[in-house]
Amino acid sequence: MEPRLLANKKDFTLKGFFLQWEWLLVVLIMAVFVMNANLSEYFMDYDNLRDATMGFLDKAFIVLPMVFIILMGDIDISVGSTVALSSVIMADLYNHGMPMEMAMVICLAVGTLCGWINGMLIVRFKELSAVIVTLATMIIYRGIAYILLEDQASGKFPKWFKFLAWDYVGSIPFILIAFVVVAVVFWILLHKTTFGRRVYAIGNNATASRYSGVQVDRIKIVVFTLAGLMAAVTAIFLTSRMGSTRPNIATGYELEVIAMVVLGGISTAGGKGRMIGAILAVFLIGFLRYGLGLVNVSAQMLLIILGLLLIFSVAIPQLKQRFATGRKK
Amino acid sequence: MKQTATESAGLQGAQVGPKTQQRSISAMIAKFRELGLLAFILLLSVGVQLRNPSFLTWENISDIATNTAILSILAVGMMLVIITRGIDLSIGATLALSGMTAALTVSHYPELHPLLAVAVGVGIGLVCGMVLGFLVAWVNILPIIATLGMMNVFRGLTFETSGGKWVSAHQMPASFKAIATGSVFGINNLILIAILIYIVAYYFVSHTRTGRRIYAVGSNPDSAEISGIRTGRILWLVYTIMGGLSGLAGVLWVSKFASAQGDTASGYELSVIAACVLGGVSIAGGVGKISGIVLGSVLLGILNNALPMINVSPFWQMFIQGTIILIAVLVNALVKRGIDRNHLMRRKI
Amino acid sequence: MANSEYVLELKGITKIFPGVKALDDVYFKLKPGEIHALMGENGAGKSTFIKVITGVHSPEEGEMYLNGRKVEFRHPTDAQKAGIAAIYQHVTCYPDLSVTENIFMGHEKIQRGTRRIRWSEMHEEAGSLLKELGASFSPKTLMGALSVAEQQIVEIAKALSVDAKIIIMDEPTAALTKNESEELYRIAERLRDNGASIIFISHRFEDMYRLASKVTVFRDSRYIGTWNVDEISNSDLIIAMVGREISQLFPKKEADIGEELLRLEGLGKTGYFADVSFSLRRGEILGLTGLVGAGRTEVCQTLFGVERFDKGKVFFKGKELKVRSPRDAMEQGIGYLPEDRQKQGLVLQWGIGRNITLPTLSKFANKGMVNSRKELDVAKRLAEKVSVKAKSVFDLASSLSGGNQQKVVFAKLLTAELDVLILDEPTKGVDVGAKSAIYEMISDLACAGYGIILVSSEMPEIIGMCDRVAVMREGRVTAMLDRKGLTQEAILEASMDDTAPNTDGKRWAGA
Repeated sequence: MEPRLLANKKDFTLKGFFLQWEWLLVVLIMAVFVMNANLSEYFMDYDNLRDATMGFLDKAFIVLPMVFIILMGDIDISVGSTVALSSVIMADLYNHGMPMEMAMVICLAVGTLCGWINGMLIVRFKELSAVIVTLATMIIYRGIAYILLEDQASGKFPKWFKFLAWDYVGSIPFILIAFVVVAVVFWILLHKTTFGRRVYAIGNNATASRYSGVQVDRIKIVVFTLAGLMAAVTAIFLTSRMGSTRPNIATGYELEVIAMVVLGGISTAGGKGRMIGAILAVFLIGFLRYGLGLVNVSAQMLLIILGLLLIFSVAIPQLKQRFATGRKK
Repeated sequence: MKQTATESAGLQGAQVGPKTQQRSISAMIAKFRELGLLAFILLLSVGVQLRNPSFLTWENISDIATNTAILSILAVGMMLVIITRGIDLSIGATLALSGMTAALTVSHYPELHPLLAVAVGVGIGLVCGMVLGFLVAWVNILPIIATLGMMNVFRGLTFETSGGKWVSAHQMPASFKAIATGSVFGINNLILIAILIYIVAYYFVSHTRTGRRIYAVGSNPDSAEISGIRTGRILWLVYTIMGGLSGLAGVLWVSKFASAQGDTASGYELSVIAACVLGGVSIAGGVGKISGIVLGSVLLGILNNALPMINVSPFWQMFIQGTIILIAVLVNALVKRGIDRNHLMRRKI
Repeated sequence: MANSEYVLELKGITKIFPGVKALDDVYFKLKPGEIHALMGENGAGKSTFIKVITGVHSPEEGEMYLNGRKVEFRHPTDAQKAGIAAIYQHVTCYPDLSVTENIFMGHEKIQRGTRRIRWSEMHEEAGSLLKELGASFSPKTLMGALSVAEQQIVEIAKALSVDAKIIIMDEPTAALTKNESEELYRIAERLRDNGASIIFISHRFEDMYRLASKVTVFRDSRYIGTWNVDEISNSDLIIAMVGREISQLFPKKEADIGEELLRLEGLGKTGYFADVSFSLRRGEILGLTGLVGAGRTEVCQTLFGVERFDKGKVFFKGKELKVRSPRDAMEQGIGYLPEDRQKQGLVLQWGIGRNITLPTLSKFANKGMVNSRKELDVAKRLAEKVSVKAKSVFDLASSLSGGNQQKVVFAKLLTAELDVLILDEPTKGVDVGAKSAIYEMISDLACAGYGIILVSSEMPEIIGMCDRVAVMREGRVTAMLDRKGLTQEAILEASMDDTAPNTDGKRWAGA
């Protein structure tokens, strides 16, 4: 049989380029800007925007590994509790005389450990879903935070620590720079490395990946551990921004983080979506929140909006697919 | 109501062949769980009693029973949801929303018959459940995502409807508070309602077609589709029942504690899930018994009551609850592995 | 009321799945009280066809007549109500429910008025159905505790319980031993004598000769023809099924048989197989055959590290082999082509190229960073080497036909440096053209010095391709045949005959 020649260059079509979910997010971000600028004269102020960014970027660190987790078809709802636990331990150690630098290292270690435990449990007990495992650890991690601190707040951090979340490099917030650096690392990890490729493979078909020699278990553990580590990074920035910590800190973060990832176009069925979408979604939700806050929309209303946003961003692709197949019939 | 249909119903049916020991192995482990739970409950009670003699007083026991009643009502609904391989994180919020609506209604119309207040609460819960069921069954959203999102919507709505304020005892008419505190023949209403719900639920899951199909859908969704079961409808029904029960629990809760707040029952869904997994409901779907979850709820209820009595700080409660969930699901998984391994060993090669 | 000599008639049925025509203008006629064999190779469209009859799939084109009246099934319950029952190839059961419930699911006995399920009556009827079928387990047993053969009985009981007029049996004998098959034939005949019509799907000739009076053949999703069983010769039937004469299909070249690569000594895994020993040499094609469920796939999967064995030893190139994962196995030099290419072989949502390079991604990477230029070049070269029919390496795997998908899975194996290839049903669901291409490829690989284990249920394939054949039955190797002794009879004898002294046929007692 005559071997056929196969093309190995991708055709570039303008239509295909613009028919991407990410453009919708860009348009939405612009819409948020236009709407908010009309609603409040303070919105477009550079200083205000900059400070708003500092306000919502802390949880954005968790969004990055959560993209990997949801891409693999799993979920982690324990991240908010991991933030609380690592923050509380850091504060507690510092207040018992440990140097702040050391306490921060321990904070990162605690977060990493929490994530690793999640990963190990999920891999060792495949009959349990990530939902139930991280649900249990969510309660346990926050439970430990409560045992340590009861209903107290813990603060009195050194001055330099409090400035972490408020500091600027030139006129750019430090946290923004940190986020951009970490985001670029995660972007490269997902889109340019063998690791990222294998994560996509697992999300699309874990069995076939295993048969192809992909070490599914090891990759899962690494990804969940990364989520724990990033939750600890969030804990540091959040604690710094708040100036103190409590066991109930970062409650509901899992919802926001998952909402951002899903809104970013990452399919909950696994295997589909890109890092850039999730990053855009971080800014979309952040600015939306900030703008609505300026016009005095209540925190409760924001909860409702966030919940609905999550539902709609999952429902739209589902419905699209349903109507696409429905029409064929 | 101690056994599933497969064991209890029709014991008089035909017994064919000598291979009955096959049945007894799996059945024994299933029975063993309930006995084990029961034994654990007794041991725990005795232990606590030794530390604090006021534990096994009539008053405290009835306190435990009324607290357990609400938990177990919710566990019945949650069991159905988990059997279909789902999960519902929104029930705490649903409970709060319907409790708040009912409380607001009676505070505006004190003359209203308490049954109507119950109807209002259940109605709100049903609507919440239907919405969720719609999202899960027809829009095909993962239960965890759908309920996580709607949890926040319902919770936000609770605050919005009340304007952030509480409805407290003096705003509620006595007739409303009597729903939960009243009694018939000396037995508290809550307990009676809970028992009634167990009986109805037991009948439903083991003696009606729809009830059995819930198990079928959870046990093997693909073959359920092939045998002509309308899976979507079953899923929708399950979340609707869960919503209705949450609504009912909301009214009972508000009536019992004589206060409705925006953050009522926040996080309560976790206790309910804990009761289910303790009672042997399998997260993988298809398995779960009413008797199991009732025992699971009782155990949790006793723990919640006993821990403060033996001077365990309330701040330990959350940790203990999480550990219980984790250990229960791990044990369930290991027991399942054991059964599967047994099946393999019996295979002739 | 239209009357017809056919209970069931299908005309011009076409069913399209995204990317594939699963059925293309297919015809079928079934007379009352007839056992009608439906034959064709794996992937000829038989299973889809049944699902059209039972209302699981609705066809894009075509008409269906029941007793001369046109019907349209939108839902499986429509077909159930019309008296059609199916026994599916892959048993569709509820492992957490009792046997009784499995039998009556969808048509439970309900008390009038109270709508209460009549458990005792159902258990009783299930019990007598099982007794009738010669089964010895209680109807209250959990379905998950039964063996495959026992579950098959439950499936049959299910069809009996609805009192179906038309019963479809999809490959019911694939996992059954001789005695069990014989029992099944007896049941099928009794059903026919009671007035039911049976569509019997199989790709085994002995089933057809033993039972059917008519045979219809499908090939590559198309209708080939219908004959009376006694009017068509064996070779004509093969040509109808395969599309050409069988001798043309197997281009086996003689390879140089070299040193020993792999040796299994008393390998065992609780519940799956025991005491499996054989060896494989370089350039050799070793067949591994037996009934479905005889433990062939399980043996291969333990060699590849998907599962672990708990008894025995494996030697690879003289050293004891220890593999914990497929990755270990591939690093040592063992490759596996899985049975289910859609679930185990391919990432369907991905392009051809990415699929091909997945097993050896690190080769195209520098410090973890993928070099896509290099990757695409290799992917292109390999895809062309196995002559995948596609426009570019970016074409999605899901858009390919079965044969081309299988070629992609083959290409995946060629990226790595391997010595042993385990091919599990490599031609399952593959059209004839691709089939002979795959045989040629296998033969070439053997000549190139690979040691090949070919797992297959297709008798002609085994006889045509293999140097030696290990036959398995119920988890044990029952015969080791070399090329001289390789006949259809010898293989059947070893794979099905459960009257041999070491077994007592207890699994399905009753005959």
